[in-house]
Amino acid sequence: MTTKAKLRITPLFLISAMLVALWLFLASFPFLWTLWGSFKVQADFFSKADWSNALSGVNTIAQTGSAFTGAGYFGAWVQEEFWKPVTNSSIVIFFTVIISLTIGTLGGYALARSGRRYAFWILMAALVFRAMPHITLVSGYLLPFFEWNVWGLMPTTIIVLVAINQPFTLWMLHSFFLNIPKDMDESAMVDGCTRFQAFWHVIIPVMWPGVITTGLFSFLLAYNDFAVTSMLLSQENETMIPAIAGFLGTVQVEGNVMFAVAAVVSATVPLLFLVMFFQKQIVSGLTTGAVKG
Amino acid sequence: MPNRTFFWFILPAMTAMILLIALPIVSVLIQSVHIQHEQVLVISESCDPFGCTQVTSIDTEATAKLRAEKPLGRFIGLDTYTDRAHLAFDEISMAWNSSNSMGAFFKRVLNLPLYKALAFTITYTVFVTPLVILFGLAVAVGVNNLPKIVKGPTVFISLLPMIITPLVGSIILFWMVDGDGIIGAMLQRIFEDNSLSLKASPKLTWIMLIVYGVWHHLPFSFIVFYAGLQTVSEDTVEAAMIDGASSWQRMINVVVPHLMPLVIFLLLIQLMDNFRVFEPIIGFSADAHATSLSWIIFNALRESGSPLFSSAGATSMITIVGVVILLVPLLVHTYRGYNKKSN
Repeated sequence: MTTKAKLRITPLFLISAMLVALWLFLASFPFLWTLWGSFKVQADFFSKADWSNALSGVNTIAQTGSAFTGAGYFGAWVQEEFWKPVTNSSIVIFFTVIISLTIGTLGGYALARSGRRYAFWILMAALVFRAMPHITLVSGYLLPFFEWNVWGLMPTTIIVLVAINQPFTLWMLHSFFLNIPKDMDESAMVDGCTRFQAFWHVIIPVMWPGVITTGLFSFLLAYNDFAVTSMLLSQENETMIPAIAGFLGTVQVEGNVMFAVAAVVSATVPLLFLVMFFQKQIVSGLTTGAVKG
Repeated sequence: MPNRTFFWFILPAMTAMILLIALPIVSVLIQSVHIQHEQVLVISESCDPFGCTQVTSIDTEATAKLRAEKPLGRFIGLDTYTDRAHLAFDEISMAWNSSNSMGAFFKRVLNLPLYKALAFTITYTVFVTPLVILFGLAVAVGVNNLPKIVKGPTVFISLLPMIITPLVGSIILFWMVDGDGIIGAMLQRIFEDNSLSLKASPKLTWIMLIVYGVWHHLPFSFIVFYAGLQTVSEDTVEAAMIDGASSWQRMINVVVPHLMPLVIFLLLIQLMDNFRVFEPIIGFSADAHATSLSWIIFNALRESGSPLFSSAGATSMITIVGVVILLVPLLVHTYRGYNKKSN
């Protein structure tokens, strides 16, 4: 649209600006509120009498002597040992992303360069696999995993997450490799490279933007997963999100809801930084496929 | 690329997908037509944060031996599918014969667990999908008209509800709508009803989950439309302007038709995503009033001590059939796109 059309203030423009403002409020307020409230005591964060207590921290001052308290964080991280699930999560996420990208890059490259009909059918199958609700797959894993004694182990969960992640990874990397000109690797092969050498020396150096974008989504899948990790990991290997779900039950009985609030904020902050640093890649990843095809 | 090279490149990814996606579906199918050996039942008390309840659980010791020998249990065919907890054919025909009005019939059918879950899943999907598309488009148009300098931060904030872990996002909102939370307490004051609780009434629970669904999915539709708006041809818009079209007319007659393929794409993706609704039910502890197919499977697998594999399997198969039906248009869409490209 032209700049002139953009800058003209019409009633329609005002309405749409107000709508955007309302949306921004709705999108950010829950996060700001919970982040702020996590430094208060429960009587302030859940204040029936006056919601402004949560802002000023009347009860927090009365109970701790200061308007902010880290008691929730201390309770969550030290007392309830939230650092353990965080460590477990880091391990699971790290290996899931690395393995997903390694095998996904090889597969995505092959699918983009094959040009045969079966490559398309593999992509169609991947589309069907991607649509499967994770919990339905989990119900298929449990019995065999119990039998083979691999239930509850971290490597099992990592491999499961890698597999669940593959359909999406293949689609994304495949459409990314389609945008890298065929001539590049083909001319390397004319010069005597094997297919793998061409891939290694010519494609890998230029593929990083696509791999980073895909990696972000693999990260998010592993980070956000609840269905798989909550069903497949034993107590000591528990990751962050199932731990938070478990927290919710126990802390409410003991009156330590603020521990759960602190844990929830701790689990949210890394995502905020992720979006801050990789906003462009996330947006481009979300729109691949949608806008082009 | 020669078939041989292709094979080695795709091998790891294909192995992972076949072993851990395709075979589990087969395993689910096999589980659903088997049932565990009869067990020794014991009455025990189970305590959760919401109080203690008497539950009938399984004496694992007595049955462990039998089950260790044959973990799959015995073959029963499609009985699990037709029993009361699943498709409940007998109960439905009974309800049909004994109800004198359609209303009474539906009321009875919707008390059956699977149909109750389907009712919520479908209601959720039917409301969330169009609302997400409509509001997403409205926000995208609004953001597109903003000065360039504020667009970046706007997109950043807009992404948050979608990037957030679904379970964590629903817990955050759950605390806010709690009777003592900011939204819950405010609603109580507005309606001057101290016992008003979003959790207590089925209707309000459904509305709460639908609002969460729109909040969570709106960013995706916003981003897709926003990207689409960047490709609207300036010439067409300008031509419409010269012809005297108002900004509303330009929107309806030029921009929306241009974005139509994206609307279809979002519709297909959203239908599938919303059909799988699961985490918000856990996060909002809403299972008393709202269940979904995914939640039923989760609940069956979590059954204390002994997961109900056959029930989980049957519900999973029903879910998969539902997903595949919803998937058909998307597959046709992709197939046509591929044929167009290759010709």
